[in-house]
Amino acid sequence: MVIKNITNGVVIDHIRAGFGMKVLEYLNIDTVRGSIALIMNVTSKKHGKKDMIKLENVENVDIDILGLIDHNATVIYIHDEKITQKTKLKHPKKVTNVIKCKNPRCITSSEAVPNVFLLVDDSGKYRCEYCDNVVKSFEG
Amino acid sequence: MDLQGRNLIAPLDLSVAEMEWLFDLAGRIIARPEDYADVCKGKLLATVFYEASTRTRLSFEAAMLRLGGQVIGFSEPQSSSVIKGESISDTIRTIASYADIAVMRHPKEGAALVAARQSGIPLINAGDGGHFHPTQTLTDLLTIRLEKGSFDGITIGVCGDLKFGRTAHSLVCAFSRYSGVRFIMISPDELRIPEYVRDEISHLEFEEVRDLTDALPQLDVLYMTRVQKERFFNEEDYIRLKDSYILNAAKLKNAKPDLMILHPLPRVNEIAADVDDDPRAFYFRQMRNGMYIRMALLMALLGKGV
Repeated sequence: MVIKNITNGVVIDHIRAGFGMKVLEYLNIDTVRGSIALIMNVTSKKHGKKDMIKLENVENVDIDILGLIDHNATVIYIHDEKITQKTKLKHPKKVTNVIKCKNPRCITSSEAVPNVFLLVDDSGKYRCEYCDNVVKSFEG
Repeated sequence: MDLQGRNLIAPLDLSVAEMEWLFDLAGRIIARPEDYADVCKGKLLATVFYEASTRTRLSFEAAMLRLGGQVIGFSEPQSSSVIKGESISDTIRTIASYADIAVMRHPKEGAALVAARQSGIPLINAGDGGHFHPTQTLTDLLTIRLEKGSFDGITIGVCGDLKFGRTAHSLVCAFSRYSGVRFIMISPDELRIPEYVRDEISHLEFEEVRDLTDALPQLDVLYMTRVQKERFFNEEDYIRLKDSYILNAAKLKNAKPDLMILHPLPRVNEIAADVDDDPRAFYFRQMRNGMYIRMALLMALLGKGV
């Protein structure tokens, strides 16, 4: 399989194998005009298998959401076929309207307020800002 | 200590130093209540209760009236525009345009935080579902402190519904900052403490057991809680668990002579009436302390007379 290098855009590398589709879903990139390539089960020396996404003519992606879904991924920015920046992801401290609180007793189930989750620790555990309901890992 | 303009939503909103300062102020109010009879004159407290209450609402109202202030509010949502579908945010904005401070109880967890973000006046959480009830904790800690002098080296048994028990969650979280406190959590497996409370006390020594009788001889404080019918979606679960623990005079034979038995009340049958006259039963004295600590809190958040 041949997928050409991109001239300008963003490559999301080292996505955990099988998670590429989920990353695409949450990146909300319906409006992207350039080509998008999702490559799954790529052989990796470091991880065995990995997924990878190439976004042509995209300047930025929401690294908070990426960090939430797969904090081991790397975001590579490319300009004129050269790597201009590599960003290692980490769990975002706060995420808004990405995780929905599943506690039926939480105020978010009845009041029109954003669903806000706060990072508890490095394991990727999050707590609802309102009711403290714990989500152990959004990474599945 | 300056607490003027602050909210009290969660038990960790107050530092240990701030809580200790409030306990000292409550002690001074207990000693000379007449000195505080006018300190909140001209101030208005709004009591916003979406859920039933006897002690919390009346003790807040009594506290404000004893400080010379006045009270408005509603004690059931049916008597307000809530019944027309008004949101918490809009309700609290309305109340904040009339009152100087508000106290709110709501059946949903996190409701007080939503309200505090819109209120613009100090907001006190008087219970948000099965989450937190920080002023009950101030009452509980004041009662223990008045009797024991300090919290050093005490073993506290927290018994009953630890999953949905907001008073238990608040108590455990607040105590987690005091060194030398040991917890024994006594509950059925289905009603064990939730993960967010467990996280707060992960640095402390605590046990989780099912048997109250075995744990009793070790305890300096027994904090009994009610299995709350209103927190269950399934009545069968409630019926199965409601009689898990019943404390009676016979069970107290092996308890320490200086044990303190606390209960946030109301009780159903988890403490038998034959315990009421035992000198170790503190739950009725605890109620009066609730009014004094709420007087101290209202003064502090209004910046009056402190």
